[in-house]
This record gives sequence, C-alpha cells and structure tokens, in this order.
Amino acid sequence: MQYKSQAVAKPYFIAAIALFIGQIVFGLIMGLQYVMGDFLFPAIPFNVARMVHTNLLIVWLLFGFMGASYYLVPEETETELFSPKLAIAMFWVFLVAGALTILGYLLVPYAALAKMTGNDILATMGREFLEQPLPTKLGIVVVALAFLFNITMTLLKGRKTAISLVLVLGLLGLAVFFLFSFYNPTNLVKDKYYWWWVVHLWVEGVWELILGSILAFVLIKVTGVDREVIEKWLYVIITMTLVTGIIGTGHHYYWIGAPEYWKWWGSIFSALEPIPFFMMTVFAFNMVNRRRREHPNKAATLWALGTGVMAFLGAGLWGFLHTLAPVNYYTHGTQITAAHGHLAFYGAYVAVVLTIISYAMPILRGRAANSEKAQVMEMWSFWLMSISIFMITLFLTGAGILQVWLQRISETPMGFMAVQDQISLFYWLRELTGVVFLIGLVVYVCSFFVKGETKAA
Amino acid sequence: MSTTFTKSMARNVFYGGSVFFFLLFVALTLDTNQTLPKRDNSQNITPSVAHGKKLWETNDCIGCHTLLGEGAYFAPELGNVYKRRGPDFIKAWIKSQPTGTPGRRQMPQFNFTDQELDDLVQFLKYTSEINTNKWPPNIEG
Repeated sequence: MQYKSQAVAKPYFIAAIALFIGQIVFGLIMGLQYVMGDFLFPAIPFNVARMVHTNLLIVWLLFGFMGASYYLVPEETETELFSPKLAIAMFWVFLVAGALTILGYLLVPYAALAKMTGNDILATMGREFLEQPLPTKLGIVVVALAFLFNITMTLLKGRKTAISLVLVLGLLGLAVFFLFSFYNPTNLVKDKYYWWWVVHLWVEGVWELILGSILAFVLIKVTGVDREVIEKWLYVIITMTLVTGIIGTGHHYYWIGAPEYWKWWGSIFSALEPIPFFMMTVFAFNMVNRRRREHPNKAATLWALGTGVMAFLGAGLWGFLHTLAPVNYYTHGTQITAAHGHLAFYGAYVAVVLTIISYAMPILRGRAANSEKAQVMEMWSFWLMSISIFMITLFLTGAGILQVWLQRISETPMGFMAVQDQISLFYWLRELTGVVFLIGLVVYVCSFFVKGETKAA
Repeated sequence: MSTTFTKSMARNVFYGGSVFFFLLFVALTLDTNQTLPKRDNSQNITPSVAHGKKLWETNDCIGCHTLLGEGAYFAPELGNVYKRRGPDFIKAWIKSQPTGTPGRRQMPQFNFTDQELDDLVQFLKYTSEINTNKWPPNIEG
C-alpha cells in the first residue's frame, strides 16, 4: 500500500461482500417463490424479497464504488486522502442506514413503513428500485455529498489523471441523477419518464464512467502498459457510452405514454450501446496481451478480462436482443428483461467491483498478491459464478421466448398465470443454477481465508 | 490507436460529444413535455386517481406486478387490467386475497376500505387510457 489512507477502502470492500451474500440468498428465495408460490408466505412476500434483493445489490455496489474510489484516488493523485476520518464515519452512516432500511422492509408492512418514515410529507416510495423510505434517500444524498467532497478535495490537492477525473465525473453524475428520485408527480407518464433519469442514466450512463475508470486503473497496475495508451482508450470508450447511452434512454419510452418518435431515437441510439462494451472487451484483452510485466495477481487479471466479456454479453448483446422497438413491443416486461438485467448487472458492475477487490484486497492485507492456492480458489469462484449467471440468463431467455409466444403472439393467447405454469421447468433450472452461483460465492469468500506462501507488497 | 489521435483529442471529443448529446436529450425532453397532454390522459387525474396512485405506491404493488410493462414479472400486467377484468372483478379479487391455494403464488391481504378500493380502480382506469402506442399486443398484457 503506497498511501496509509487507502486502508479506509477495506471496510467498504468487506461490507460489499457481506451484503452480496445477502442479495444472493434473497435471490434464491424469490427463485423458489417463482415455482413454489406460497414459499415463506406471508412472512416474506415476493415483493419484500425482491426489494431486499435489488436494494442490497445497489447498496453493495455503491459500497464497492466508494471503496474503489478511496483505494485508487490516493494512488492516482499521489497524495493522502483529504479526510480518512470522514470516510470511516460515512462508512458507518451508510451501513447503519442500509441495515435499518432492510430490516424495515422485512419487519414492517410496507404501507406502515411509509407512514412511519414520512412518505406523506414527500411521497417518493413504492417505485421500482427506489423503494427506500425518505430518511434513507436523504441519507444516501448526505453520504454521497460527503464522499464526493472528500474525493474532490483529494483530487484538488494532488495529481489530476484522466482516470481520477473520469471517476469523479461518474460519481458526480451518480449523485446528481439520484436527485430525480425525489420527483414523483401524480402524472404516471411523467413519473415514469423521470424515473428513468435515475435508473437508466445511472446504469447505462454515469456508472459506466465509474466502471471504465476502475477497469483502466486495474489494467495499468496489472499490465504495466503506458498510461497514455490506457487513458486514451478510456476516453474513447466513455465517449461512445454517453453518445449512445444518453439518447438511448429512449428505448424505455416506447410504451409508457411518451411521443411516438422515441421509437426511432431509442431504437437507433440504443442499438449502438453495445459498441462501448465491445470496445471494453477488446481494450482489456489488448492491454493484457501487450503487458510489460507479469503481475503476481493472476486472479485480478482474470476478473478484469471477465468484466469486459461478461459486460459485453449481458449489457451489450442481451441488451441489443430486445432494444429495437418492433421487438420490444413483444418482449417488454417479460422474462427477457429479467434475463438481460441479471447478466448486465453481473458482467458490468458486480464483476468490476470484484476486480478492484481482487486487486486491492491483498495489498490492503500487506502482500502484492495472494498465495497460489488462494488465487486458484478465487479463480474457481470466478468460473462458477460467471458460468452459472450465464446459464441463469439462458434459462430466463428460454422462459421469456415461450412467455412471449404463448401470451402475446399465439392466435389463442393464454393468460399470465397459465403461461407461468407452462414455463415452470425453466424456473426450476434457473433456481438450481442459482444454487451453483451461491456455491461459487461461498468458494469466493473462502478464498480470503486460504493461507500459503505470499510475496510482500 | 494511432499516434496522431492523442489523449487530449480523445478528451475533447468526450466532453464535446457528451455535452452535445445531453443537450439534445434535454431538447427532446422539452418537446416531449409539450406533447404529453395529448397522450398522457392527465385531464382525467382526479383526487381519487391521485390517491389511488399513492395506494399503489405505498403497498409496493410494483414489487410483483408490472404497470405499462415496468416492475416485477411475478404477477400479471395491470396497465390494462381495467379493460381486461373491469372494476368489480378487480375489487372482489383484491378483497379475497390471499387465495391460500397450496403452491400458488400468493397476494397479501391489504385490508383496503371501499373508498380505497374505488380509488385504486380509478387509478387503474386512468392508467389504462394512457396512449401507449398500442401496447400491450393483446388484452392478456
């Protein structure tokens, strides 16, 4: 570790992994409820499990992004963090707020939670992914501002690299677009229109800047390729991201009451959204092939390459699959969407956070890389999790195709619930593969406790 | 990439491109906002509809159902349920939950008053009359 204050990243990474486990457990509960409808009812209804599953995902990825920033910004700016104390204080604020929110979902009926937490003052709850009570949303804003302040002050007193600038720009965008979560008009069309300014402009916009800069940082470290080359790639990739992704928001505006022209804008621009992901894959492989050093951390290199490939498949290919308006007319709101969502989140964001953890955690624990044995185990977990999420995506795609056919294309369309019965085999296969994913995650966690010969950092 | 295309050129293209397309997006949004009143059925938003939307939100209906195709895929699409089932069926259905049928997906009992059920139905009626470019493809949603 080059700078003492980088150590604050460690609790962020540990919390991220812990919440990741929770996310997967609730995913398995939901998966089972898909085929055994009354499982855990009424203790944990499906909607509660889903809130916990998706909110934990968002929170642990945010922990990962913040940990990544605290780790890489001191090294990039070549100066200690502005305030490690603030970083640690915000860690606890965010963790306690997150835990209380999840407990609220699980222990209190949602309507009562809304009443208790002031939803009558400003109604923001009950919209997909933005289910958090008002105090939690305000807490997220406070934590995000304190975090941005800390990172920006560090950047101002140190070296300004493209990687750290792009990272800060992404984080700033994350904070700014979250403010739209406080806008909830009664007009459902406007509600939905601006809801996407949080959701789409996050995951298909500013989060990709964060993704790009974390990936670029790790690639510089593990390959030793010249910074000029890597940062030029970074700029080109994120240019394509925003040029395609911002207007690409239109692919959510086909069927929610927005004007018809969004079919054209959305289809054309979002069809180009795979390009930056494809470039990311080429970029990662290119840099590793041109490496000037053999970094002892093979696992981190594998994760970096995996991020490129899985993000291209999940966000790029599976996104393209249903993004054109004439296709989306039939697939909108089906298991096809769910399939895309799972692989895209894993490939782009789960994988990049695990990449930086894989690279940074050994150094934070006082060694350049983990022992051979620990790395082999970590690489096993990479393959278990990556292949099983890919299989889950295939099964959900199968379920989706059948669902679209039986419910929307067939001459004698069946009702929703009848169709769900017809495709339950795919849901069973998905659930079994989900268990393999959990095994992969357990192997991943275990890899942190494997001892063996290591080199000093 | 060739050496003639430098990092600072890449940076400038990034800032220029992003700002241009964001401004284009804002312009399209402004135009959308002007066009919406012709499509979004907002003239039919009554206090009852507004209250129905709030009930929809505070009971996290979106956690199982889709509305205009957005939400969870565990339970039927409700953007057109008013046209598919009609007001009386919807109210009777909500009141009789959960079915308790073994193995079947269960919907909780929300203990709505008659007034609240009416408001929810009004919200679903308003939603079903939004111009969605003829989505969903058929009445099954």
